[in-house]
Amino acid sequence: MALLQISEPGMSAAPHQHKLAVGIDLGTTNSLVATVRSGLSNVLNDEHGHALLPSVVHYLDESTVDVGFSAQKQQNLDPHNTIVSVKRFMGRGLKDLDISQLPYRFTEASGMVQIETRAGIKSPVEISSEILKALKTRAELALGGELVGAVITVPAYFDDAQRQATKDAARLAGINVLRLLNEPTAAAVAYGLDNASEGVYVIYDLGGGTFDVSILKLSKGVFEVLATNGDSALGGDDFDHRIFCWLLETAKLTPRNAHDTRLLLSKAREAKEWLTEHSEANISCLLSDGEFVNLTLSTDEFIALTANLIQKTLSPTRKAMRDAGLNIDDINGVVMVGGATRMPQIRKTVAEYFKQTPLTNLDPDKVVALGAAIQANILAGNKSDEDLLLLDVIPLSLGLETYGGLTEKVIHRNSTLPVARAQEFTTYKDGQTAMSIHVVQGERELVSDCRSLARFELRGIPPMVAGAARIRVTFTVDADGLLSVSARETSTNVEANIAVKPSYGLSEDEITDMLKASFNSAESDKKARMLAEARVAAGAILEAVSMALAADSGLLSIEEKQAIEAEMQRLALIKETQDADAIHKAVEVLNQATEAFAAARMNASVSRALAGKKLDSINM
Amino acid sequence: MSQNHFELFGLSPKFNIELATLESNYRKIQSESHPDRFVTASPADKLQSLQLATLANEAYQTLKNPANRAKYLLELQGIEAIAETNTAMPLDFLMQQMEWRETLEEAKATKDISALENLLREMQQEAKLLQSELGLQIDDKQDYVSATDATRKLIFIDKVYSDINKAIEQLEATL
Repeated sequence: MALLQISEPGMSAAPHQHKLAVGIDLGTTNSLVATVRSGLSNVLNDEHGHALLPSVVHYLDESTVDVGFSAQKQQNLDPHNTIVSVKRFMGRGLKDLDISQLPYRFTEASGMVQIETRAGIKSPVEISSEILKALKTRAELALGGELVGAVITVPAYFDDAQRQATKDAARLAGINVLRLLNEPTAAAVAYGLDNASEGVYVIYDLGGGTFDVSILKLSKGVFEVLATNGDSALGGDDFDHRIFCWLLETAKLTPRNAHDTRLLLSKAREAKEWLTEHSEANISCLLSDGEFVNLTLSTDEFIALTANLIQKTLSPTRKAMRDAGLNIDDINGVVMVGGATRMPQIRKTVAEYFKQTPLTNLDPDKVVALGAAIQANILAGNKSDEDLLLLDVIPLSLGLETYGGLTEKVIHRNSTLPVARAQEFTTYKDGQTAMSIHVVQGERELVSDCRSLARFELRGIPPMVAGAARIRVTFTVDADGLLSVSARETSTNVEANIAVKPSYGLSEDEITDMLKASFNSAESDKKARMLAEARVAAGAILEAVSMALAADSGLLSIEEKQAIEAEMQRLALIKETQDADAIHKAVEVLNQATEAFAAARMNASVSRALAGKKLDSINM
Repeated sequence: MSQNHFELFGLSPKFNIELATLESNYRKIQSESHPDRFVTASPADKLQSLQLATLANEAYQTLKNPANRAKYLLELQGIEAIAETNTAMPLDFLMQQMEWRETLEEAKATKDISALENLLREMQQEAKLLQSELGLQIDDKQDYVSATDATRKLIFIDKVYSDINKAIEQLEATL
């Protein structure tokens, strides 16, 4: 019987070579890169043995950029050109930010802030890509080869604009993004595998600039996110800022220049870190006008100053618990992630809320990168003992603008990804051939309180009487949490054209321009690059299809198999020519030739998986 | 794949299903079809994966929730439980609805979270009663007319339930 011939999953004819893949934690304050070597996840250090790379970018002159510790040293001396905590600006416009205390010269373009520097106007995407480039270089030096790709972590509560900006930054840094992974989920992977945990866990993740809380059910290698919530503008930075304001008030200082602001903020951060293990901190520094500041901050004062910041993390925590339909006694463990969770008053508050001591046995700064590396290793196709599956959710609802500026939810928060929903629209005028659709993200009822993601123009609707056209718009959110939209007129089956006008971020053209500028390439270089890209795409599909044939050619008739092999041979020949366009076309032809095979393979593997269960239950 | 949601998970189309089997078969299908398994695969395989994983999520959510499951079973019988032309509710249930709504509004106005939590528990009990009725009506008697009534009530209770939760959330935010 066919049931008994269960083939080994992942068995392939081609011998496997270990693929170099990394996990990157692109943090507000610090960033890290980690990889799995000999079955263990390790953070990669720089040449001085530092694991953390401060997320600080310093523009020295028009073409020289410095990242990390040396850049951090410049933040007091050259505040306008030294960007710290750029993650706070990702996918954010001026109206989203409180920039009153920041030393930068801001402008705005395509709905995202830009910063004027000595090297010109820089977007947060470009600035972040400098951090990613530094980590990529570190990894390639340490591993001795080119990376096949990276898993990059994002706060679970990042919206579509912030995720897209992160992916753009990676692209700009020349990194192939295997997956955007939510930070608390990454931490759960590192933590769960380390401790072989089962049950329901809460991940409380307070980083430098973001707060996330995720509730996960861990069972037999499946990490299912039940609910997530958070605040993408709350983190350790805010604790520094409270001390900074206290300094201004207590020392009766008037608003300072950028240099003094930066200096006082650094002193505030040092005091916060000191207070983790001491009962009082001395803050002394010399301001630019010669004024000497010398104050002492006690733990009690610090706790009083920041009590409501900690309370602010409990409201998202309650919401996540309610969305998951759980009570405090259902929770098997609480994991602390992010450098800010070192503060004793945070651990105490969390312990009181969950009525148990939170788990802190993994380094809260490293746990996210370690988990991302484990996932990267699996996604890149390296064989792993861990049979791991992550089922994550969309953190914020997606909706559409309806009459009166109200939102109608199309996809609810905490839906498991990938998810798709179709919505039907109709025309309200005779002969109407176009309509515009406004997609927003957020929980509020008014469109103006939510984040505008995109405005779509549907054109080419066949002219009909009002209300006769039926336009079916499908919203798909993929495993990275990113939205795409397609539309179809269903009464005549005409595919309506969609003109996408993103309300934020970079257009495809802008990215291409930036990439071109960064390579500073002549026309011939560009052609060579396009050819190289086409060949990589051809190589990838040829390898994927030959592996699929090796595993499942039994699902094809002899004729079907020959047809696919003929297209493979054709592509293999064209791949060696200089014609990038022809290679892309042949890739597309091979792709179409394998669609039915892909469907048959999927059916077969699902039937095998379900049949396996039936066999087990018979044997029991 | 022109399967219905029950067939997808290898279940018979009943209201009383083994939730454990649903969950474990859902996980098996996701293990085979999730896009994470196809990061380096061909574009055709990636598309198949996205479509099946999306369908499995949709089907799982439909079958896991009793109101959605009942509504879906009726759809398989060609009955739209909440069609616009089909909204009649028994008078006693209408009265009951108004009472719940009044309790909800009153608790909101007086910011009484524990009253809201009591109301939540009442909704849960009502839902349980309706679910056992639905099991009899659909699985044993194939009485789809009564089942349509019960399904509509259950959907309504779900709606009130989420409104109560929203009210609690708003009250907690103002505390």
